[in-house]
Amino acid sequence: MSEIRQGVYPSPIDDPYADEMTQPFWDAAAKGQLVGYKCTTCGTFVMPPQPFCFNCQNRSFEWVELPGTGTIYSFTVVRHALAPYLAGAVPYVGAVVQLDGTQGAGARMLVNIIDVDVEKVAIGDKVHVVFDKVSDTLTVPRFTK
Amino acid sequence: MSLKDQTAVVGVGATPYYRRGQSVPETELSMACTAILLALEDAGLTIKDLDGFAIYSSSCDPAQIGSVLGVPEIRFSAGLTSGGGGAAGSLGLAAAAITSGQANVVVSLLTLQQATKRLGGSEVNGKAAYVASASSGGGSPYGGSGVPPQMAFTANSGLIAPGHSFAVLTQRHMHQYGTKREHFAEICISQRNNAIRRPTSIRSEPITLDEYFNARMINDPLCLFDYTMESDGAIAVITTSADRAKDLRQPPVYIMGSANGGMGRWGSAIFHYFQMPDEYFASSGHRPVAKRMYEMAGITPDDVDVALLYDHFSPMVLMQLEDYGFCGIGEGGDFVAEGNIRWPTGKLPVNTHGGNLSEAYIIGMTHIREAVEQLRGVAVNQVEGAQIALTTGGPAGLPVSGTLLRRA
Repeated sequence: MSEIRQGVYPSPIDDPYADEMTQPFWDAAAKGQLVGYKCTTCGTFVMPPQPFCFNCQNRSFEWVELPGTGTIYSFTVVRHALAPYLAGAVPYVGAVVQLDGTQGAGARMLVNIIDVDVEKVAIGDKVHVVFDKVSDTLTVPRFTK
Repeated sequence: MSLKDQTAVVGVGATPYYRRGQSVPETELSMACTAILLALEDAGLTIKDLDGFAIYSSSCDPAQIGSVLGVPEIRFSAGLTSGGGGAAGSLGLAAAAITSGQANVVVSLLTLQQATKRLGGSEVNGKAAYVASASSGGGSPYGGSGVPPQMAFTANSGLIAPGHSFAVLTQRHMHQYGTKREHFAEICISQRNNAIRRPTSIRSEPITLDEYFNARMINDPLCLFDYTMESDGAIAVITTSADRAKDLRQPPVYIMGSANGGMGRWGSAIFHYFQMPDEYFASSGHRPVAKRMYEMAGITPDDVDVALLYDHFSPMVLMQLEDYGFCGIGEGGDFVAEGNIRWPTGKLPVNTHGGNLSEAYIIGMTHIREAVEQLRGVAVNQVEGAQIALTTGGPAGLPVSGTLLRRA
């Protein structure tokens, strides 16, 4: 488990529990790249990756590097620690981010927005990815302004 | 073939409502059995008549209840998938079983004890429940198995409890439509006023606007009062055919219309998903269900006299008011601010029992109980002349559900 720091939700896992479909995302994250799972037929991004495209039901996808930027679609500032070990982490921001380079819905990411004044976060804020190495197998994408 | 008016709710039974864990030494099984026997008695029926289970949220095991209570023969046993979204829809499932000739007397129920488990991502046994539920339950607070490879994509967001997730829906609604915390306060205060008059209520101290705004912020924009509570208890409801209902102990309460489901891409919605299309992201997910339910019943929102809307978080009442057509989309804030949901003066009294926010949180069953009491004319906070009641389950992962009931 990561070190506790205010504003950062400590990773509750130290492995991505990846399968063949999801592993390339974590390999890219370890290299500091944000990639998206793109349908080769209709171009729809599906995140997290799923076995079918919800738009055209195709099963063929490719991993594509994304700009690593996006917009806060919605969020909450978590002020109450749900467990004692989270007391040093609150307040932190949990957010839904629309990724640039994708169609938006269907490829949003649920992320922790770090290193921001939690009182000044707003819907529509532009954010970019930062990577946090948790273990040899897990590098977590977080976002910041 | 439509389900309209072919079946009726004829019996309701309940245990007392308890604060979390306070129902010990009763168990979920014993409370379920107690509620079922009371509901049968209320209807003027016995265990010999019971032959069906139409449940939701996997709240009980009919096999166990059947053996413990000595049900002569179970002819139908099914549940709506997912969680509390199926509450109102379980009546539709009962109606479907009866109308199709598969069973005659069907019980819908929920039994809940949170002594050793807690719903909704609160900490259990020193372990963050998200991981606990994921490693034993697939990322849904309601179960499953294994750690799915998709979990790591959402596990680090810090959105670990339903309250976090519903806050995300709420913030978007506020952003799009200008909804304000004052509107949520009106819902909390109105429902608390209703709860104060009821002896069954767990929370019965009045709330002032000042107290609302001074309450502890849990996660923006939801303060303590916007959250439901954790309760124990069981409620059972008996449904039978309209014909049989005529000769029973209580006046029948007819099932006019019932629907469950939602848009496919509503999906698991707030449970680690949030991929719903823009046009209904900031909603309760109930719009398609509402449409089918009204069509089946052949009525419009104007015909509804009292609305019992599933209220785990206060903003979800506001979004359902929009999605069930009591006001326009995005106009829920103004609708509540105008006093429309207040009992007894409002145009549409809402959650006259106090709801999940103030009476007790038995995952939607208290709403059905209250709808039945309103239509029998015996509610504590009776809506004068109430003919038609709406009761709902969810917002939650799909299915969400709604049922229209009417008095004889």
